[in-house]
Amino acid sequence: MPLERTDPVVRIAVDLNRCQGYAQCAFLAPDVFAMHGEEALLYVPEADEEQREQLARAVAACPVQAILVDAVDVPAEAVSGAR
Amino acid sequence: MRGDGALERLGREGRIVVVGASLAGLRAAEALRDEGFAGSLTVIGDEPHEPYDRPPLSKQVLLGRASAGRTALPRLRAVDATWRLGVAASGLDMAAGLVRLADGDEVPYDRLLIATGVRARPWPQEAEAELDGVFVLRTSDDSAALARRLDAGPERVLVIGAGFTGSEIASACRERGLPVTVAERGAAPLVGALGGVVGAVAADMQREGGVDLRCGVMVTALEGDASGRVRAARLSDGSTVETDVVVVSLGATRNTEWLAGSGLGAGPRGIACDAGCRAFDIRGIVTDDIYAAGDVARCPHPLFGYQFLALEHWGNAVAQARIAAHNMLSESAERVPHMEVPSFWSAQFGVNIKSVGVPSMATEILITQGSLESRRFVGVYGYQGRVIGAVSFDHGRWLPFYQELIETTAPFPPPFATVDRRPGGQRPVDADFPDPSVPTHGPTVTLSGYSPADRRTTFTPAH
Ligand SMILES: Cc1cc2nc3c(=O)[nH]c(=O)nc-3n(C[C@H](O)[C@H](O)[C@H](O)COP(=O)(O)OP(=O)(O)OC[C@H]3O[C@@H](n4cnc5c(N)ncnc54)[C@H](O)[C@@H]3O)c2cc1C
Ligand code: SF4
Repeated sequence: MPLERTDPVVRIAVDLNRCQGYAQCAFLAPDVFAMHGEEALLYVPEADEEQREQLARAVAACPVQAILVDAVDVPAEAVSGAR
Repeated sequence: MRGDGALERLGREGRIVVVGASLAGLRAAEALRDEGFAGSLTVIGDEPHEPYDRPPLSKQVLLGRASAGRTALPRLRAVDATWRLGVAASGLDMAAGLVRLADGDEVPYDRLLIATGVRARPWPQEAEAELDGVFVLRTSDDSAALARRLDAGPERVLVIGAGFTGSEIASACRERGLPVTVAERGAAPLVGALGGVVGAVAADMQREGGVDLRCGVMVTALEGDASGRVRAARLSDGSTVETDVVVVSLGATRNTEWLAGSGLGAGPRGIACDAGCRAFDIRGIVTDDIYAAGDVARCPHPLFGYQFLALEHWGNAVAQARIAAHNMLSESAERVPHMEVPSFWSAQFGVNIKSVGVPSMATEILITQGSLESRRFVGVYGYQGRVIGAVSFDHGRWLPFYQELIETTAPFPPPFATVDRRPGGQRPVDADFPDPSVPTHGPTVTLSGYSPADRRTTFTPAH
């Protein structure tokens, strides 16, 4: 169930303690990141395959490296005991 | 143990078990592999989902910008773990070194990390809590259920408790145009975490955002109709709020019941551990094979008088996970303490709120930049002549500067005259925290005294 995925996605989390609201990400990957008010950042926690490229640009451009994305594919790891 | 190869053996073929498959559990598993751990790793989680991120659940998800089932945490590296999901750990045998599972299984460990976090405190009246339309918000399932109900366009949402989560929920509802009432026992929203001076700003933000904010009141009863749907709430001031969605945001309870009777220093205030995340047993002796991290842990912090701090903060879970993973695999001389200055963020009513240090420990506050009126400011918190914390409203870029003041135990009021000069002078005022013996909703930082065996609870629900 939950560990199986059909659609390839990139999972995203932003360390908002680090984020300084510079908005580079919102500029480079507007489908994923948006400023909310003056300083707060809203993002889509899972980006689609076609957003991968702009997402990578945003990750690289963030001056405080606050954007965390999948470094590996969804685990093909052993699951037992579940359901 | 030193030099006898035990640590090398642990690193090569040991068994490490992590209980709690969320932020702290996942980050610890990744850190263990980063540290070169090559043995077997088992992660046990009672939720059926792979590790997911909670902060979006009260923000993006309720705003309709993301769906609850899609906030899984990014994987920063492969962890090659056995995931036992959908099954709770139900007991711990410290002498035998094994974790018992609810399905009857037993999982032996050489090192154990406990990262079972907290859960939402439910509405205390069980029958009322079960009414259709009454929600809490902690898990992705909670968030999915609430988001679905908000999509259906309720008549009015009542949020009980104006801590961070309650306030964020109210904000999201208002942004979606839904009528919202917030009932808070304290004098203002966020008062337990940030004090009354800043709480007053939060109250203004809510009212200006169209929230029907009622402070200094308690909800005394929830009423349902014949079909079991919630219809109204009675308040302690005699008034009634008609509502079809109630979100109970009364803070959280630590998930330590499964450890009862195990001999570990675990209770309603969390799991007591040393600054290196090693858990104490109930005799006050530190264990060498059991660690705790994240919302469930409480650790002494050198910068805050060695008080045991229990922090319900994302950054704390990430930092402690790394510390615990490192220390598990290290000789005592190579262990590192958890010394991070606490920090968190919240976004509500279009304002970005960030905080460093432990504001709730303070007695005084000084607005050093911006102004309360403009809702763009930095407030510095003082305690016994020291800078102990800071909060920013839409001024987050300045916080690293204040963090340094906290780290260097700078004097309060701070030595600089002003950061931006304004008329009105710079005088500290009473930070106006509520009486600590009167519980508020969701302070997110709990100072929990010194005794690792402390099993007292402080929260007495309304009524
Ligand atoms: C709605 C919401 C919004 C938030 N927003 C912010 C924010 O803006 N900023 C911020 O700094 N922090 C925020 N937080 C707090 C942050 O999410 C937590 O600090 C973080 O999730 C803590 O991670 P954890 O792994 O320690 O615990 P948890 O995330 O609570 O995970 C513990 C896991 O252990 C499981 N578990 C419990 N008991 C057992 C058992 N016996 N056996 C097996 N598994 C068990 C639980 O089900 C859970 O999956 C928010 C939290 C919520 C709920
Ligand atoms: S680029 Fe980085 S710092 Fe700037 S808003 Fe995005 S995440 Fe925050």
